[in-house]
Amino acid sequence: MKNIDSYTHVRGESLYVDDIITRHDTLYGVVFDASKAHAVITSIDYSKAEALNGVVKIFTHQDIPGENQIGGIIADEPLFAEKEVHFWGQPIALIVAETELIARKARKLIEIAYEELPVIVTAREAKEKASLISPPRTFKMGDADRAFAACDFVYEGETFSNGQEHLYLESQGCYAFPLENGAIKIFSSTQGPTAVQRTTAKVLGVPMHKIEVEVIRLGGGFGGKEDQATPWSVMAGLAVHHLKKPVKFILNRHDDLRMTGKRHPYESSYKIGLNKDLKIVAYEAEFLQNAGAAADLSTAVAERTLFHATNSYFVPNVMATVYSCKTNLPPNTAFRGFGGPQGMFVIESAIAHAAREMQVRRDEIQQANLLNENDEFPYGQIARQVIARPSWTTAKEKFNFEKLREGVVDFNHKNDHFKKGISMMPICFGISFTNTPMNHARALVHIYQDGSVGVSTAAVEMGQGVNTKMLQVAQEVLGISANKVKLETTNTTRVANTSPSAASSTADLNGKAVEMACKSLKSRLSAVAASLLKVDITAISFHGDSVYVNGEKSGTSWEKVVSQAMLERVALSENAHYATPEIHFDKSKEKGHPFAYHVYGTAITTVTIDCIRGTYEVEEVKMAHDFGASINMAVDVGQVEGGLAQGIGWMTMEEISYNKEGRLLSNALSTYKVPDIFSAPKKIETVAVATDGHEHAIKKSKAVGEPPLMYAIGTYFAIQEAVKSFNPNYHLKYDAPFTPEKVLMALYEK
Amino acid sequence: MVKFILNNELVQTKLNPGMTLLDFIREQKQLKGTKIGCREGDCGACTVLVGEENQGRMRYESITSCISPLGNANGKHIVTIEGVNLIDTLNVAQQAMADYFATQCGFCTPGFVVSMTGYAINKNKTRQSTCNDAISGNICRCTGYKSIEKAGLELEKQLMDTQGSEDFEDLAEKGFIPTYFKEIQNRLKELTLLKPSTNGAVVANGTDLYVHHADRLTEEAVHLIAADRSMRHISFSDNRCTLGSNTTVTDILEHRRLQEIIPNLRQHLKLVSSEPIRNMGTLGGNFVNASPIGDMTIFFLALNSTLTLQHKKGGKRAVAFNEFYQDYKKFDLKADELVLELSFPVPSPKAQFNFEKVSKRTHLDIASVNSAILIEVEGDSIQEVHASMGGVAPIPKYLYKTVEFLKGKTLDPINILKAEQVLQKEISPISDVRGSEQYKRLLGRQLFFAHFIKLFPSHFSLKNLSAP
Repeated sequence: MKNIDSYTHVRGESLYVDDIITRHDTLYGVVFDASKAHAVITSIDYSKAEALNGVVKIFTHQDIPGENQIGGIIADEPLFAEKEVHFWGQPIALIVAETELIARKARKLIEIAYEELPVIVTAREAKEKASLISPPRTFKMGDADRAFAACDFVYEGETFSNGQEHLYLESQGCYAFPLENGAIKIFSSTQGPTAVQRTTAKVLGVPMHKIEVEVIRLGGGFGGKEDQATPWSVMAGLAVHHLKKPVKFILNRHDDLRMTGKRHPYESSYKIGLNKDLKIVAYEAEFLQNAGAAADLSTAVAERTLFHATNSYFVPNVMATVYSCKTNLPPNTAFRGFGGPQGMFVIESAIAHAAREMQVRRDEIQQANLLNENDEFPYGQIARQVIARPSWTTAKEKFNFEKLREGVVDFNHKNDHFKKGISMMPICFGISFTNTPMNHARALVHIYQDGSVGVSTAAVEMGQGVNTKMLQVAQEVLGISANKVKLETTNTTRVANTSPSAASSTADLNGKAVEMACKSLKSRLSAVAASLLKVDITAISFHGDSVYVNGEKSGTSWEKVVSQAMLERVALSENAHYATPEIHFDKSKEKGHPFAYHVYGTAITTVTIDCIRGTYEVEEVKMAHDFGASINMAVDVGQVEGGLAQGIGWMTMEEISYNKEGRLLSNALSTYKVPDIFSAPKKIETVAVATDGHEHAIKKSKAVGEPPLMYAIGTYFAIQEAVKSFNPNYHLKYDAPFTPEKVLMALYEK
Repeated sequence: MVKFILNNELVQTKLNPGMTLLDFIREQKQLKGTKIGCREGDCGACTVLVGEENQGRMRYESITSCISPLGNANGKHIVTIEGVNLIDTLNVAQQAMADYFATQCGFCTPGFVVSMTGYAINKNKTRQSTCNDAISGNICRCTGYKSIEKAGLELEKQLMDTQGSEDFEDLAEKGFIPTYFKEIQNRLKELTLLKPSTNGAVVANGTDLYVHHADRLTEEAVHLIAADRSMRHISFSDNRCTLGSNTTVTDILEHRRLQEIIPNLRQHLKLVSSEPIRNMGTLGGNFVNASPIGDMTIFFLALNSTLTLQHKKGGKRAVAFNEFYQDYKKFDLKADELVLELSFPVPSPKAQFNFEKVSKRTHLDIASVNSAILIEVEGDSIQEVHASMGGVAPIPKYLYKTVEFLKGKTLDPINILKAEQVLQKEISPISDVRGSEQYKRLLGRQLFFAHFIKLFPSHFSLKNLSAP
């Protein structure tokens, strides 16, 4: 089935927050933010800005009736800075004016003076100064110390992976307006409507039922709107609370880039121990996560780094520790993969290091250590329905890896100017929020009296196609055609207490709830149909908008049964609640069974570098991916290709840059480059590994949002291979992204 | 008064011509299909088509409306996504995008569809480009582009069955565009236009100024010089080529005679930004921006060019282009002077030209270092040479000393390696967001070598110049 939004998308008729009809007296917000990364505010003078014609009011922390606090996991982040600022771009005030232009002009008239404090930009510096968000955490299995002592080979090294800007094409924004009795409705571009609702209520000091949050769709999220969509909505809510007028607040791109957090940069070190048979016996890693100036989701991101520290490999002795380091950058946040990619990059680096020293190929070490059925993860979960080897084998055989590899070797023999590199990259990604209590969702399904159906869930559509999948589930369970089902907006008054649309699990959690609701409705309608047709209820089924009796089409339509149900006063609405079974995790022991299941896959990447210029092209990426029993292959392949391209950006050209003062230098699209059509791999090929899927996945169709991003780690190592074949003196570095600058420097390194 | 046709509607407005076309479309006309992505021409979410009559036929180009002044729409046909919609069905580009799952979050999609529809209109004209070129200014963060590429191929396939060229009847009948396009040429002819103001900030097509000064220009008076067609021309006389300062990069890229004079012209200029920006960006704008890394500046410095500057009162003077730049963003242009045109001697058939550019992203990016060379060799001896390099000095650098060294030298690796030593003394790159000083020195060396490897493959190779 096509993406149900595609018709309006291609016609420009899909609505985003910035497109909805506004009341004519709508006011506009612009944030005044810190222009120092760490400082005491010694004075602020708003008088000139306030005097500007068209400025309505400037809101600061003093206008907050409730708590000046927006921290989700740890209460360490004020909505507006009070006495000190902790990052460049930290909101200090919201200017509300008759137009956005006036508000921006007013911003320039605010006079502020600071007394500067020392600025920490890197995670290492923060750790040295004991500036941490929370105590470090360690996952441990076996006895790494003892195992290292017995290993044939032990290697140690350091890695760095830079942050990444989400660059959702639609920047952060919201539109808030007053309802009756002090209630406020907020249209927000958020992945987490409940977070917006809860935080707005807290800051305003009102009960949650006073705040209604609605999401139509997002123009991309990628994690960047999981937690960080919240402050803007809260600010708009605050303005509405005071002014009783609608307020629209859309961040312009430069403000968005400067003020919002990104993927966490990680400085890490590893120690890997192997035996002659290439088995990894022991692995130790220390991850220094650059969390930025407040916790945001950093502790959860850090946790997932530990969960994925050993990627798709079984290592019997593991010790992995993560430090969430508090720096003076904008609070870094969720981004597709959520710490997983950073963890995997380190073990892949360690393997590259070992392979170089042991004079074997990376893929030989990778293959020797892939997970098998019943292996234990360092966090205690036993691996079941493991697809690591099947995906590896599928990739190698289907794409004829040996021949590809020989082709690369041959090419490199014959060419001086260009060199090729090839890599294999297996992935293993756990599906579920690692915070067990978040793994739930609800669906509210209405069957209207004409037989049409409306479905509300907690899922936020942001391009991942979740609404298309929800529609497919409803349609299939109810046995009706697609045009009878409409997916409603996501609204906190229809579906409350939601978890954000994140962790790749939105379709699973919400789909299961839709399935449950529709099954209940179907069973009630089956009873109606049975009595209408005077047959036993077990004989009834629905297909193609008709009632079937013992598999035979009856003359009775879906509509007829629905109208009969109305006459009989049968409930045509259903609310269902789903909570993932089986999962649990004990943080005091750092052991448990946190994931409903894992997603696996293997990618083969080939690149060509231009050894004169240091530029490169990704020739092809071929993936054997574990989709399970996909309910929408085209949508899922779209996630694979899109995740891969985004990951390639992270590994190659996307370079976040802050100066020593903590100011973002890559602060515009002219200085921060994401892949364009010419930098996408020339060829992407995806095959499904033959698997049954997992019962905890919706219709056994496995989660697909985040895992493919990590295939792109293979791009880094393919480039590294190519550089190596040109310059034998090159010392392997694990410093992502591998920009053309780093490639050229590596090519001519002495 | 700005007067134009917006989709199928005649628009007349007294709003300041300096406001952005994007704001006019979204806020005044409430056409919300055109999206705001970056407001600096770098994402393509706000792409619209501009149609105007040129040599008797309608010609459409894509532009980014976020950095385009409203006043430049005067007398033209502006087409937004709403203007390419058919009633109750999808046009060919739209259908292909939907069929190939080439839309996910949908926010970039209208921009892609507009670019692709523009491509459909222009196909089989002078353009030799692909659909990928047409969408080179459109960024998508969701799909990874392969599905969009497939949609583009489908569009190309279906275009094979059309009459091509500006046969709007045929294109409309086959569902590429709405039928109203057929009437536009006549409707535009009927517009009586007012002369735009010549007071205020001088703006050509805005690609540079609007990135940083859109707020100011929204309210200020503007002098929109792009309306002056007399400053947009490419002509030849006395063995010189003259280009008006309103000439766009696309004008140059598509010019047959220039393509003959400068082989690989198209490949060189496709490294310059994206198609919509090339459609807008003018030579004059690129020159007076004075960026040390301006692509067109570096390009024409090596062609031994001369600028003609015109005073508002009418006086003209000529200045050698390699003497125009004085210091960072300082150049020899007096108040009330405009860059009128640039001219250069048509290179002798024996001369060879090359342009090199390396940036973080190959397309739609600003160079870390760029360089151009024009070189004429007699036997094995270098007779004439001009070379330039950007990103390595406070100004776009004409490589006086390197050029001086090379003249008369034999074309062999030792001399080129020596010349590179001279080059390193002549340049003074600094570390910034486009690369470290060390990198720019290395890259400068490599691009200098690249000229010779590319132009004289029998003399030079990576091995004899630049082994690790």
